[in-house]
Amino acid sequence: MVKEKAVKSQAVQFKTSEKRSIWSHLPEIIATCAAWSAALVVTGVFVWILADVVRHGIGAISWTFLTAAPRNAGREGGIGPIIVSTILILAVCMAVSVPLGVGTAVLLSEYTSPASRFGRFVRRSLDVLAGVPSIVFGLFGNAVFCIYLGLGFSILSGGLTLSCMVLPILIRATEEGFRSVPNDYRMSAAALGMSRTSTLLQLLLPAAVPGVIVGLVLGIGRALAETAALIFTSGYVDRMPGSLADSGRSLSVHIFDLSMNVAGGDRHAYASALVLIMILVATNAIASWTANRWLGKRILTA
Amino acid sequence: MSFRMLFPQSMLWSVVAVFSLACCSCGQSSDTARSQLVLTGSSTVAPLAAEIGKRFEKLHPGVRVDVQTGGSSRGIADARRDLADIGMASRDLKPNENDLLSFTIARDGICVIVHQENPIASLTDQQIIAIYTGDIENWKDVGGPDAEITVVNKAEGRSTLELFLHYFKMENADIQADVVIGDNEQGIKTVAGNVNAIGYVSIGAAEYDAAHGVGIKLLPLGGVAASIENVRSGEFPLARPLNLVMKSEPQGLAKEFIEFARSRDVHDIVEEQYFVPLAD
Amino acid sequence: MSHSRTDAVLVGTLRACALLTGTLVLFIVLFLLVESAPALRQVGVARFVSDTAWRPSGGAQRGQFNLLPMIVATTLATAGALFLATPLGIGSAVFAHFYAPRGLGRLFGKIIELLAGIPSVVYGLWGLVVLAPLVASWQPPGTSLLSAILVLTIMITPTIALVAGATFDNLPRSYLQAAAALGLSRWRTVGGVILPAARSGLFTAVLLGSGRAIGETMAVLMVAGNVVQTPHSLFQPVRTLTANIALEMAYAMGDHRAALFDSGLVLMAMIALLVGIAEVLSKGRIYG
Repeated sequence: MVKEKAVKSQAVQFKTSEKRSIWSHLPEIIATCAAWSAALVVTGVFVWILADVVRHGIGAISWTFLTAAPRNAGREGGIGPIIVSTILILAVCMAVSVPLGVGTAVLLSEYTSPASRFGRFVRRSLDVLAGVPSIVFGLFGNAVFCIYLGLGFSILSGGLTLSCMVLPILIRATEEGFRSVPNDYRMSAAALGMSRTSTLLQLLLPAAVPGVIVGLVLGIGRALAETAALIFTSGYVDRMPGSLADSGRSLSVHIFDLSMNVAGGDRHAYASALVLIMILVATNAIASWTANRWLGKRILTA
Repeated sequence: MSFRMLFPQSMLWSVVAVFSLACCSCGQSSDTARSQLVLTGSSTVAPLAAEIGKRFEKLHPGVRVDVQTGGSSRGIADARRDLADIGMASRDLKPNENDLLSFTIARDGICVIVHQENPIASLTDQQIIAIYTGDIENWKDVGGPDAEITVVNKAEGRSTLELFLHYFKMENADIQADVVIGDNEQGIKTVAGNVNAIGYVSIGAAEYDAAHGVGIKLLPLGGVAASIENVRSGEFPLARPLNLVMKSEPQGLAKEFIEFARSRDVHDIVEEQYFVPLAD
Repeated sequence: MSHSRTDAVLVGTLRACALLTGTLVLFIVLFLLVESAPALRQVGVARFVSDTAWRPSGGAQRGQFNLLPMIVATTLATAGALFLATPLGIGSAVFAHFYAPRGLGRLFGKIIELLAGIPSVVYGLWGLVVLAPLVASWQPPGTSLLSAILVLTIMITPTIALVAGATFDNLPRSYLQAAAALGLSRWRTVGGVILPAARSGLFTAVLLGSGRAIGETMAVLMVAGNVVQTPHSLFQPVRTLTANIALEMAYAMGDHRAALFDSGLVLMAMIALLVGIAEVLSKGRIYG
């Protein structure tokens, strides 16, 4: 009898646990479905847009297209000088914004308390900066870099304007990287009597690399994609730039002009967009690789 | 240790490099001022001016013609403030701009377009006015299918809008638009993507696109077919000049460039950009 | 001793960096104020909300300068895009980190990186040529608030996904190990441990996304229809503040031009407000 009771209660227990498992599985299933469908939607849209660009643009791409200068307002010829200008603008932008951005991010996350007035001021202004429309950056860059500093329409002006634009993205993503470094690192370093400088360079920076990479990827993406800010700063000239002081048309400006301003420019607009996406893949890879190699490995060599 | 040194140093150098280049450019600009022409202004004129500039550069080795866009108002403002050697404007100068001189280099017509599948073959001026002011809201009222009309208008201040309003004697406040657009191609793409749309754009762009398989149709205006040919002959009633603008009587290189841009030597370029060259 | 000197130099340099970036926004506000001064003086602030319409080319006297419909449009477009992009972006990041098989997750990460870098012109072009006609065949005229929301959603989803993903990357591994040791299911781990722990990063992600949505110009310009009106449905065309600047700047002179800079000022005020609200909502803990 006792035995029987025990068996019965076991059965009951089993039953309830099975019942609970169905209920507890439901959110599990919903969550899995939600995650997969979010990914499917994003991938679907991506494939849709990319297929559209590839379908219209792939036919125009050839070696000549990549190297020749544009002719007849871009309907004929290639985009050689425009690729060079784009890369130069991006280089100037990154050379200025990366040190400035990483420096600010380090200060915000490591050397100021969240409550400090200075830190709050910088963060708030960065948040506001992140939402300033690109065309305002363009007009601002034109007034400050082109006219006030006398740089004129030049790759330099364009790069500097872009660097103002990508700073908030770069800083917030980098800061996020630093914030997530476990506090143990800092304490151990302090206990070992390491200076703040070497703690930063040997420990924190390498550990924050994922955040830095996201900042770089987002920053490069935004910089390469920018149109409105560049029309007023780096300009419209589609000649091969001789120096950073020359005006140079970026790929995104070229795409905008071909698709919105030049009748019959669509084919080359799509082809240029395809090239831009390829450049993006390349620069993203280089940025991640460099960040990993430069910063990530040091934690081992230290 | 070497790593630690490398990082800040390379940062420092990149900053130094940028600023030294910046200084170079400052010094340079004064030397090259004589052999460089800067044009800014209308995005409609810019592709044409850039192509003319390229040919001008070929004929005058060592000379550089830099063409920048930013809109007619920018062209006029820059010419006034000496920020550019020559401004570009896709409209006539206004009365309060008579301190400037304008030089027409080409002309461009404005025509009404509808979707290719729209059975309407022509509209009278009255019908167009009624459609744009909202008195007619359905295509069936002008002999088309039973569908609501999508009215495509240009943004405030654009010269195409001003000419259109002037021709039809309307005020922008009267227009009941469903879509407001900026550049020509945006208008063409908007109409091509909407069977019930009506809009107005530059004739050159419309003619090119219609001939190259874009789904739009050009409507005649006042009984005159909308074509570059009819703008050239002066028959088409709605046309605008494409102008170069200067603050003072052009001299030196600027004078040469303007004379070149108005000469027969560039007629083929003007036609290539689907504008109408000046009459001889 | 030398330690503290290099440290002082380091902190000094970093402070200089932060000061420069922090004051940048003040410079931009100053620039906007200077440029918009004529309109502020001659039109006055009140008329930007009390006038009956937006017809600025008449000049200060005869023109009308009501910005309210555009403020509403910007707010609605941004809110709509955030509403769609936040679950989509965070969902994508969760998928890539916790649900996808390893190879697939990496591939998906690359796709998101690419999406983040497609120029807004291309999104705009796609929106104008593909999306708007699609919407138009359902509810004309197609270029509408809905199209703007959809294009903006596509544009900011990668931003949100990438920043959220970086936060997940950085969470201490011990959280996951502890959750596994407790035998927590996948969703329990994600919903109960990961998301709360990643709160600050997720918030940053949404904030950066909303900044991009408010500031986006070219893509919205092409798909929103740009009619100045307060929309009563998703299918009506609207004009955002950014599109207003981009559309009219090319031909604007005098007071009209200055009034466009006011659009810029209003935009920055809106963003400042957004940041303020975010701060109040999170009771200042968003950075903690």
